[in-house]
Amino acid sequence: MSRAALLVLADGRFPAGGHAHSGGAEAAVKAGRITGAASLEDFCRGRLHTTGTVSAALAAAAALGLDPVALDEAADARTPSAALRVAARRLGRQLLRAARVAWPAPELDALARQFPKGAHQPVVLGVAARAAGLDAEDAAYCSAYESVSGPATAVVRLLSLDPFDATAVLARLAPQLDEVARAAAESARRAVGEGVDALPAASAPLLEVGAEGHAGWAVRLFAS
Amino acid sequence: MHLNHTHESDGAAVSADAHRPDGTRRALRIGLGGPVGSGKTATVAALCQTLRTELSLAVVTNDIYTREDAEFLLREAVLPPERITAVETGACPHTAIRDDISANLEAVEDLEDEVGPLDLILVESGGDNLTATFSRGLVDAQIFVIDVAGGDDIPRKGGPGVTTADLLVVNKTDLAPYVGSDLARMAADAKAQRAELPVVFQSLRSEEHVTPVARWVREQHATWTKKQTAPASTTAEPTQ
Amino acid sequence: MDEEADRTGIDHSRTDTVTHHPPSPRPPQSPAGVQARARIAARPDARGRTALPVLHGEGPLALRRTRTTGPEAHVMLVGAMSGPLGGDHLTVEAEVAEGARLSVGSAAATIALPGQDGAPARYDVSLTVADGAELHWLPEQLISARGSELRVTTRADIGAGGRLVLREEQVLGRTGEAPGLLHSRLTVRRAGRTLLDQELSCGPGAPTGWDGPAVLAGHRAVGQLIVVRPEFEHEGPKPAMLGDSAALTPLAGPAALVTALAPDALRLRHILDDALNRLT
Repeated sequence: MSRAALLVLADGRFPAGGHAHSGGAEAAVKAGRITGAASLEDFCRGRLHTTGTVSAALAAAAALGLDPVALDEAADARTPSAALRVAARRLGRQLLRAARVAWPAPELDALARQFPKGAHQPVVLGVAARAAGLDAEDAAYCSAYESVSGPATAVVRLLSLDPFDATAVLARLAPQLDEVARAAAESARRAVGEGVDALPAASAPLLEVGAEGHAGWAVRLFAS
Repeated sequence: MHLNHTHESDGAAVSADAHRPDGTRRALRIGLGGPVGSGKTATVAALCQTLRTELSLAVVTNDIYTREDAEFLLREAVLPPERITAVETGACPHTAIRDDISANLEAVEDLEDEVGPLDLILVESGGDNLTATFSRGLVDAQIFVIDVAGGDDIPRKGGPGVTTADLLVVNKTDLAPYVGSDLARMAADAKAQRAELPVVFQSLRSEEHVTPVARWVREQHATWTKKQTAPASTTAEPTQ
Repeated sequence: MDEEADRTGIDHSRTDTVTHHPPSPRPPQSPAGVQARARIAARPDARGRTALPVLHGEGPLALRRTRTTGPEAHVMLVGAMSGPLGGDHLTVEAEVAEGARLSVGSAAATIALPGQDGAPARYDVSLTVADGAELHWLPEQLISARGSELRVTTRADIGAGGRLVLREEQVLGRTGEAPGLLHSRLTVRRAGRTLLDQELSCGPGAPTGWDGPAVLAGHRAVGQLIVVRPEFEHEGPKPAMLGDSAALTPLAGPAALVTALAPDALRLRHILDDALNRLT
């Protein structure tokens, strides 16, 4: 196993459905809250320290081998928006499909049997990272990065934002991604002894509300 | 056409495997691609109306803006609503049929689970550009639909869709006189690009309607059925 | 505002409230802080109404039973002083036994204020609702004043057949004032399974982005209303938008949550009152 597997897993072209989701950016653009690179950056910071942190910790915990069923329940409790739970399970199922071909492993097969309609994506991500020989912090990095790279890519399409500017936003977030990934792995290690309540539960009210509104739109570019 | 890879272990993880996880044969999947407005959705609707009495059918649409194509098909009532599914593509319809087919694979498998057994699933791409083709991991054969009003130089220009699709449909031939398109030239250019691959000139307003395309689809299905009932399968025990 | 009517009749003749400053013990981390605990226990009585065998307040946490008719007991949390101040640790516990119905409100908003030594304050609420019991927990707002730091946790444990209506409102600063630092965590468990676990950190010192387009975007009041009812197991409320900045969503269990943001406390309350009427 090789650490370069992290590059494969975190690649935006990894075929796991992420391209069709904006991470709440489409709703924020429509509401006029993201209008350019600066507000995108602010959006990404907020997302990284809330749902990004939670996802990273769930992924890290799954990579450590915590029970995926308990983690999936913890993800449900930390995802009050029904629309976001649907999106997370759909993405989890798509990721599982790709991961089972990329890194065949009994744990991934078991996950598919336990969750035929999909487990929460961060949980699948953690188990996939484990199957790829990656550690908890790698899984946390991947999840934290996805929490901001998805919206950045979406905003390039939604606002015709200069792609260099969007990439620069991600580059500027790198030190915070380091912090979030480290903290997520730390909380995941605590959860090994203390249970899933030790995982963070940071929430972003506008992402929750925006996701419910977005799910009801008749016309939209992204699935969430 | 041939599947370019086979896996024998666990079908669920593998896209182009010809069998469902329980070992039964899955439906033939045919993709329909082509530029915006060339008549993909109208062709899908006509195929459904023609074939629905002889084949168990379902449709997956890949809209650019959510569910418009799916809703057209629902309005036209070409199939019961549970047989039509829309996949959302995040402003990149070609990605969803070629680079990241995971959402479409979920959609076709869910259709087979929920309304199956199915003989045929039509996967319609969002109207995109001339380079958009379907992954062989998603479909077994693909139809590329262009129309005479889009310019009679499209076959000459080629591109992956025009050149490699298993069937090229040049649609709206009834409009040719009005838009000054030269059908003979389009046919010659298509022949040059595609060698032996078939081309159908179609007008859904003519008496012939979708008949030639429907005939081609029937042939694909017959070949598929024959191939799949041959010993290829190392049949797993059907699961509960 | 229908509940206002219920709140009018504070019954001062009742004497089952104990209000005094705690003799000691003080929280070790902050010698200046107050440590106080209030406890409520509700049980059904022989007449099918709800008795309150425990109604115990302390320090800044005073409790009053308000006059009611009907099977439900009403309790008002009366702030005997403003606070919590930095260094304080306040705890409120309510336990509703099978067959009892309790409704708890507060007489005024809670205002988190800075203490003398900059220590954070803590406010912990622990609610236990047995199978077949019902609790309405509808306190006034929590206001985070400039310079304050408060950690508030609310934890509700509900039996499989228990019912809960819980409202939380957080207001960032008094009128025209910058907020303090506020961390809140709301955990609702039902039949041993966590239905909702949510933290929110906002104000100066919170992780960056808290006031950005993903989290609060300049809204100064944020609130939640959670309704847990066993009937929702079969058919719960459908997701719905309640205006531009509030949404109703079913949780992964027989419960619904309203999340609302508003420019100020008043407008937040309007949204949550409408939602309460819709859900109960």
